[in-house]
Amino acid sequence: MNQPLIELSDIWMKFQNREVLTGVNLQVNPGEIVTLIGPNGAGKTTLVRIALGLQAPSSGQRTVKKGLRIGYMPQKLHINDSMPLTVNRFLRLTGCRLTAVNNALDRTGVTHVLQSPLQSLSGGELQRVLLARALLHKPHILVLDEPVQGVDITGQKALYQLITDLRNESRDQENCAVLMVSHDLHLVMASTDKVVCINQHVCCSGHPQQVKQHPAYLRLFGGESDELAIYTHHHDHHHGIDGHVLDPQKDCSKGSQ
Amino acid sequence: MSDILLYALLAGYGVAILAAPLGCFVVWRKMAYFGDTLSHSALLGVSLGLMLDVNINLAVICSSLIVALILVSFQEKQRIASDTLLGILAHSSLSIGLVAVSFADNIRVDMMSYLFGDLLATGPSDLYWIYGGGGVVLATLAWLWKPLLSMSVHAELAQVEGIPVKRLRLVLTLLMALVIAVAMKIVGVLLITSLMIIPAATAQRLAKTPEQMVLFSALLGLLGVSGGLIASWYLDTPAGPSVVVSSFLLFLMTQLIKKR
Repeated sequence: MNQPLIELSDIWMKFQNREVLTGVNLQVNPGEIVTLIGPNGAGKTTLVRIALGLQAPSSGQRTVKKGLRIGYMPQKLHINDSMPLTVNRFLRLTGCRLTAVNNALDRTGVTHVLQSPLQSLSGGELQRVLLARALLHKPHILVLDEPVQGVDITGQKALYQLITDLRNESRDQENCAVLMVSHDLHLVMASTDKVVCINQHVCCSGHPQQVKQHPAYLRLFGGESDELAIYTHHHDHHHGIDGHVLDPQKDCSKGSQ
Repeated sequence: MSDILLYALLAGYGVAILAAPLGCFVVWRKMAYFGDTLSHSALLGVSLGLMLDVNINLAVICSSLIVALILVSFQEKQRIASDTLLGILAHSSLSIGLVAVSFADNIRVDMMSYLFGDLLATGPSDLYWIYGGGGVVLATLAWLWKPLLSMSVHAELAQVEGIPVKRLRLVLTLLMALVIAVAMKIVGVLLITSLMIIPAATAQRLAKTPEQMVLFSALLGLLGVSGGLIASWYLDTPAGPSVVVSSFLLFLMTQLIKKR
């Protein structure tokens, strides 16, 4: 039961004489949210690709629980603008029925884009559609590579909140695990169980609060991001994904004005 | 109507219908240059076929596949940029084909007809190849349609979802080699890719779903072939290039339509 969903041990990766990963171990257990952080070029994406089985490591072991279903949300869908495709059709390619598609879009809060061409979506909408697609596979683990890229700050917070909510919604007995990549610890602090800070190797790992104090983390990020002023203000209303102001109750489905 | 024109029309229509779905995949997966390389390498197949005295269509399919495999293995090593590699292989294989044929002095073939096609010289046996091979291609595409679409939207997403992307890519390459082999006589190795991508690119502007795009590009292909053959018949222009020119004119016309 407590077998890890994905276990990577002693992963080495070399790209043309450049060591990208040097003996990395990583474990994702059922129901756990694991966040990989690290500077650019630290090998985060490579590690995720290895975990997904998209890339074979130069050496090391990848063990995956039998029958594991992975929901993958790529860094950014390099949407093929040459193929005319609606969101509905894109999601139906998974073989799911319309009701399941509608449910998934509802859970990620973008039911209104069902019939829109994929190319016409905004960055935030696209990320949510991708998340919906990942959910359609009823995954045991969601793998998200920089899930908030190209999304504004408010949207980023909302997306992370959504990811946590999805994890906490226990559909089966077991919660869905999450493995995600981020470059900003502060944004993911609230919604993560374990942070793994990597820079070619695992610098430190543990609970977000511990990692924040860890000398290796401070060396890597200089701690200066603490002083980085993030403009926060109290919102007395909520915005829907398409920008309209929602009713005071936290209603994410439809609040057309 | 004379037999020559009838055969030419039937052959042209067959190729247009075949080229439509594959052309769409070429456009979707941004493989235009890849298609070019495959078709250029077909000439190597022609010369090998002539020298070894085997069926030319089979020789072309084999040589295209070998070139495709070389390409894939090089691409995986990522030593050279993909487009550079394609350029190298396209023109090298074309040149090797031409050089090889010049050594075999017992063979007298008009290489021009392989380069630019000879639609008006189509006979019944060509029709068997086109419609037989075409049936195989279309049936395979229909069978693998959904996974092929998934792969074209996002290959890595498809792979994580358990779709055998590598195998599908090989299947698609094989189908392209087959189409090139049967279409070579019609439009020639230099113009085959244009017959695939021009109607598909034209249809892209008009279609709302992938299937619609395939259907439209087949219809546009039929129009292009008709126009080209009529021009060739009455104005005595070369058939293959005329088909490409008329497809191109259709493409230009749709570009004038304002996109909604």
